[in-house]
Amino acid sequence: MANAVEKPKDSFRPSMLLYDTRYRSLTIQIVVFALFVAAAAWLIDNTVRNLSALGKDFDFGFLGVRAGYDIAQHLIPYTQNSTHAQAMLVGLLNTLLIAVMGCALATVIGVIVGVLRLSSNWLVARLMTVYVEMFRNVPVLLWILLFYTVFSEASPTPAAFRGEDGQSMLLGLFAVTNRYTAIPDVAVERGFGTLDLGLFSLNLTFAAIVVVLAASFYVRHRLKARARAVQESTGRRPSTWWKSLLIVVLPIALLLWVLGTHLLVPSLSGFNFTGGINVPNSFMALWLALSFYTGAFIAEIVRAGILAVSRGQSEAAFALGLRPRRTMSLVILPQALRVIVPPLISQFLNLTKNSSLAIAVGYLDLRGTLGGITLNQTGRELECVLLMMLIYLAISLIISGGMNVYNSRIRLKER
Amino acid sequence: METIERAIDPSHMKISDEIAIQIRAMNKWYGQFHVLRDINLTVHRGERIVICGPSGSGKSTLIRCINRLEEHQSGQIVVDGTELTSDLKNIDTVRSEVGMVFQHFNLFPHLTILENCTLAPIWVRKVPKEEAEETAMHFLRKVKIPDQAHKYPGQLSGGQQQRVAIARSLCMKPRIMLFDEPTSALDPEMIKEVLDTMISLAEEGMTMLCVTHEMGFAQAVANRVVFMDQGQIVEQNTPREFFNNPQSERTKMFLSQILGH
Ligand SMILES: Nc1ncnc2c1ncn2[C@@H]1O[C@H](COP(=O)(O)OP(=O)(O)OP(=O)(O)O)[C@@H](O)[C@H]1O
Ligand SMILES: [Mg+2]
Repeated sequence: MANAVEKPKDSFRPSMLLYDTRYRSLTIQIVVFALFVAAAAWLIDNTVRNLSALGKDFDFGFLGVRAGYDIAQHLIPYTQNSTHAQAMLVGLLNTLLIAVMGCALATVIGVIVGVLRLSSNWLVARLMTVYVEMFRNVPVLLWILLFYTVFSEASPTPAAFRGEDGQSMLLGLFAVTNRYTAIPDVAVERGFGTLDLGLFSLNLTFAAIVVVLAASFYVRHRLKARARAVQESTGRRPSTWWKSLLIVVLPIALLLWVLGTHLLVPSLSGFNFTGGINVPNSFMALWLALSFYTGAFIAEIVRAGILAVSRGQSEAAFALGLRPRRTMSLVILPQALRVIVPPLISQFLNLTKNSSLAIAVGYLDLRGTLGGITLNQTGRELECVLLMMLIYLAISLIISGGMNVYNSRIRLKER
Repeated sequence: METIERAIDPSHMKISDEIAIQIRAMNKWYGQFHVLRDINLTVHRGERIVICGPSGSGKSTLIRCINRLEEHQSGQIVVDGTELTSDLKNIDTVRSEVGMVFQHFNLFPHLTILENCTLAPIWVRKVPKEEAEETAMHFLRKVKIPDQAHKYPGQLSGGQQQRVAIARSLCMKPRIMLFDEPTSALDPEMIKEVLDTMISLAEEGMTMLCVTHEMGFAQAVANRVVFMDQGQIVEQNTPREFFNNPQSERTKMFLSQILGH
């Protein structure tokens, strides 16, 4: 530090703004930002002027108006009498449901297929290649339509499950029919009721489960951190696995018991299944098609990541006596993750945005509610599209933000 | 050759009658290419063997067959009484008895030095972590880098990395060590620190097979030099005989090239 102070200071010359590395990037950023603000201001001003010339205003008031249309799948209470804002929220939750479940399934498929494609078993490797090439070379919209057709044309009607010689249910729990897939529901005998929050109402039972789970995982995290600290000071690591298992399992089991939780198996009554949840085929088709399509891309990413780890790494592990499977999980995959995660983020974003193809099978997501029926009914194109873009942008930023945090964590371990 | 200051007198070293590695009539092909031809080699416990020969002569392939990183197609390889076949149990047994050091170190870059050294003992030998770490620190002290234990491989110099790789192998308490050109990727000043580590291993009676072009090391440490060419063992002899009185024309030519005329 002393040296830095004694150094003679250069006198500032304006040309340094462009040619001195200390100022250059700042100068460029300020110029770019100024240009951006100017362009945005011009665009907005122009739009508002044109709109008022057409006699239209810019107003989000329509969101409070009665929507008047039905949405088959709603995760929160919704009727025709709900507002457009509530319809939007239902659509958003449907989008999020597809996105989260799709990303999860696509990742599982992708990792398994990516690893198997490198298998020394000729048949398995070839089968995986066929899967990857089939799915990534056909537009996802066609896959969605194909899955939907298979579900609705090739599956039996619910009534076909009737009687002794009718179709039998999968494991006695699931039934795939031409209109929906019936799955068991989880029910509680003594719920905590709901809390009305205006726009939507909060299911307190569900909230309690989430809170308890989050709390026990936090406690488990603290326990592990403490064990690490103990190990660092004394060299001995207290065994934590049974404690952490207890901490995670016991509270939630207790809560579920207090609530009187049990499984409701769907059963045929009349022409339909009741008791469980009837998941519409539009959802199933969209979910499976998006997952298998994106899974094919993820498989390629995983394969590339594994191949990016040099052969010397697995040879060193083998020479130390590690078996191939352990070598994969302890040596190869942790290193491959660094290569895998950044392109994986784009695949998650792609899946989320592709979920707006839901419109093709009549699954009402954000695009179908806010950007579809609401837009048509109210004629508020600009507002609806802007709102939709903002929401998709927010979802995407949250996904990539979260993944970037994860990415920097696994990278930090490197150095 | 001046890198070796501490020559050890081979006659002092104990070599038992017990056989550590026995290779009989072994052949290996890569597709149509016959890499190893009719290899016969017996290594006694405590022997220090240097394998040399021109590039592509099959030296690496030979020692990689000994821990089954490569498969041989005919003949027999018996390591410590266990024959190498496609039997997974035998392969596991041999690999846990035989340590290997590679030209490019092959440390695991995502693990610390200490974790590199404890990974195999914990997962293969099922040693408790604490004990594995003590053993690891013992060997890290031995290769003179205990203070780097919590750094990552990328933060170490090449010579330090190779010494870690040696320590990592030793943590599995192997009875035989294989070295495949351990100093070829190193700067001259780092070669010495690695060779010194290997010399002290030899002094402790470790059975060693070492592919190297460090003829100084061969003269100082080895009790036998094996010369390979075109997949065959052309000649094997004590270092003194090998360097002063080479038998075959091929050996003479190789020596004149490698020792500089
Ligand atoms: N996986 C492989 N497939 C086909 N040929 C191979 C393979 N690995 C090695 N070879 C060939 O086998 C021969 C022997 O290779 P090896 O690596 O054992 O030579 P080396 O004596 O160790 O040479 P160097 O001193 O350059 O390391 C070479 O001609 C090489 O091209
Ligand atoms: Mg070689």
